Amino acid sequence: MAKTKVEDVNTHIYDIKNDDNYSYKIQKGLDKKIVEEISNMKNEPTWMKNYRLKGLEMYNKLEMPTWGPDLSVLDMSDIATYVKPKSNINTKWEDVPEDIRNTFDALGIPEAEKKSLAGVGAQYDSEIVYHSLQEDLAKKGVIYTGFETAVEQYEDLVKQYFTKCVPISDHKFVALHYAVWSGGSFVYVPKGVKVEIPLQSYFRLNSPESGQFEHTLIIVDEGADLHFIEGCSAPKYNKVNLHAGCVELFVKQGARLRYSTIENWSKNMLNLNTKKSIVEKDGTMEWVSGSFGSRISMLYPMTILKGKNAKMEYTGISFAGAGQNLDTGLKVVHSAPHTSSVVNSKSISKSGGIATFRSNIVITENATNSKSNVSCESLMLDSESVSDTIPVSNIQTNDVEFSHEAKIGKISDETIFYLMSRGISEEEAKAMIVRGFASPISKELPIEYAAEMNSLINLELEGSIG
Amino acid sequence: MSNKLLEIKDLYVQAEEKQILKGLNLEINFGEVHVIMGPNGAGKSTLANVILNNPAYTQTKGDIIFKGENINNLKTDQRAKKGIFMSFQTPEEIPGISVQNFIKSATNVKTGKPVKIFEFKKELEKNMEELNMKKEYATRDLNVGFSGGEKKKNEILQMLMLKPELAILDETDSGLDVDAIKTVSKGINMFHNDKNSVLIITHSTKILENLKVDYVHILVDGRIIKTGDSSLAKEIEKNGYEAYKEVKN
Repeated sequence: MAKTKVEDVNTHIYDIKNDDNYSYKIQKGLDKKIVEEISNMKNEPTWMKNYRLKGLEMYNKLEMPTWGPDLSVLDMSDIATYVKPKSNINTKWEDVPEDIRNTFDALGIPEAEKKSLAGVGAQYDSEIVYHSLQEDLAKKGVIYTGFETAVEQYEDLVKQYFTKCVPISDHKFVALHYAVWSGGSFVYVPKGVKVEIPLQSYFRLNSPESGQFEHTLIIVDEGADLHFIEGCSAPKYNKVNLHAGCVELFVKQGARLRYSTIENWSKNMLNLNTKKSIVEKDGTMEWVSGSFGSRISMLYPMTILKGKNAKMEYTGISFAGAGQNLDTGLKVVHSAPHTSSVVNSKSISKSGGIATFRSNIVITENATNSKSNVSCESLMLDSESVSDTIPVSNIQTNDVEFSHEAKIGKISDETIFYLMSRGISEEEAKAMIVRGFASPISKELPIEYAAEMNSLINLELEGSIG
Repeated sequence: MSNKLLEIKDLYVQAEEKQILKGLNLEINFGEVHVIMGPNGAGKSTLANVILNNPAYTQTKGDIIFKGENINNLKTDQRAKKGIFMSFQTPEEIPGISVQNFIKSATNVKTGKPVKIFEFKKELEKNMEELNMKKEYATRDLNVGFSGGEKKKNEILQMLMLKPELAILDETDSGLDVDAIKTVSKGINMFHNDKNSVLIITHSTKILENLKVDYVHILVDGRIIKTGDSSLAKEIEKNGYEAYKEVKN
């Protein structure tokens, strides 16, 4: 009974559900004892334990967000914050326990690794179960490990950057994250090293009534270049699961980081993730984001354009179906001259789904000659669905170019008729229109994910014709 | 086998509660070119749309028979697959789908098997050249940012590629300059043979100049009130519809 429903590889990833077959699952709830127990299990240094306790303290102090989706479905006393899978970190897929390996096989990870990735990390529940990096990159000094390994082996480097991008007191769920974090990836790309093909970490939460709190910290040193892909998914359960990861990104002078995320959590997940990047002089930060899953998402990657001529580009899409409330967006702080940000966002809502896009652009007094261009488009597939864009800007200097454009549309019956008049079925006509709408974004996604996105769109639209 | 391609019997059609077609009859045989003319609001475009079952129109009475089969209950896509095509008056703009991918998908659906890419491309390029369409339009998003003339040529291109048995051209010539009209009639001539038929809805006779027209029908107030040969079109061009408006009821 170790493996249950994974034989059928055509089954959609929401349906692959392994037995809750952990080696240790911490009791539900959140208190000092639990936090200390996680820390003790990880054998970590005292400074890290102190961060955790500080996180717990802040969590208890900070209020729930007073805006955005209603989070009252979340009851922390019902969430196990740490679930250790029956596996250590492996460097060969053969060594990963069969049920876990089958899951990642079905998700196409080992296959993608062979074809198009320079390194892979795979997390199952609270711990990394697989990590690899191409040898030549390791020789050039690139570090790509699970986060616990980094705390142990690169303690000074971690200590120097940990919490320096996303402070513990940022908001309630970041504080929670710091109290119970487990797993995640650490990447360091040395000066001038260009990592030609992407690294990818994949996060799978299998255990019901639990949370995933991985910490990702990436440093792309001066003149270096990296594309990092993050994927996540989970099987569907009746009760709420929680994801409160934290991503800290450091883009040094003249460096470039592309951070792509495909988030495909099951529809019982609360996705309260925090991502932030600090970009130095001449650096470039590119966010590519696809949000398809979760019951509620609150996700607003933030970029601080700290050095002169720093750039940020955001390309994102979200797809909110029945019962989903996807509240996404971004924040950019231009705090140096000649900085630029370009935002291109699309959202799709159907069957009563809610898709909200919030943008917050701050251009400080120092950021003369800066540019910001925000464009958001939404497509509602029926009249019960909701799309909203909420732009906020705070511009403190005159010497800037700023534009914001928002478009909200519906699929017209005439357009469907036009496509059907060529022999295309109503279902396929709608899917074609949606795929077309999404295509400027899917072009930016890693190719397997673009295909995955299209099949998700088809899946979402199947049987949606009344 | 009967030579009849399309038979419309006693057709009544409403749009938004308004009665538009009131007992229309029409018969089209294989190999024929029919023209429908009539004043604004007579129901010409309604006729075109209802043959393809545009859901904006409701057929309340009558029968539409295509190749001997009553298609009253078939949806738009099913009718299209049987071999009916319409060139739209205002073709829709669809971002994110290229002209060639769209035609390829439609061809796949119609033939039920994947197109042979090489032959498909060759045929597409040849047709585009004949229609004076720039090559780059093949990879542009469907109708997005196309001029009026380019959109209409793209309709004719789709007709040539999809090879329907009945092609309905709903005011394809309206708003086009002389050269574009010539290109459209060239396209119709390239398409037309004795195994298919063309139904042209138009206001003007320019598009007919280079075509061999078999029948001209005058549609007034929801019915065809007169049918003649191509000389009827010339007469209308000269005298207008005044003489026919009085024939009502």
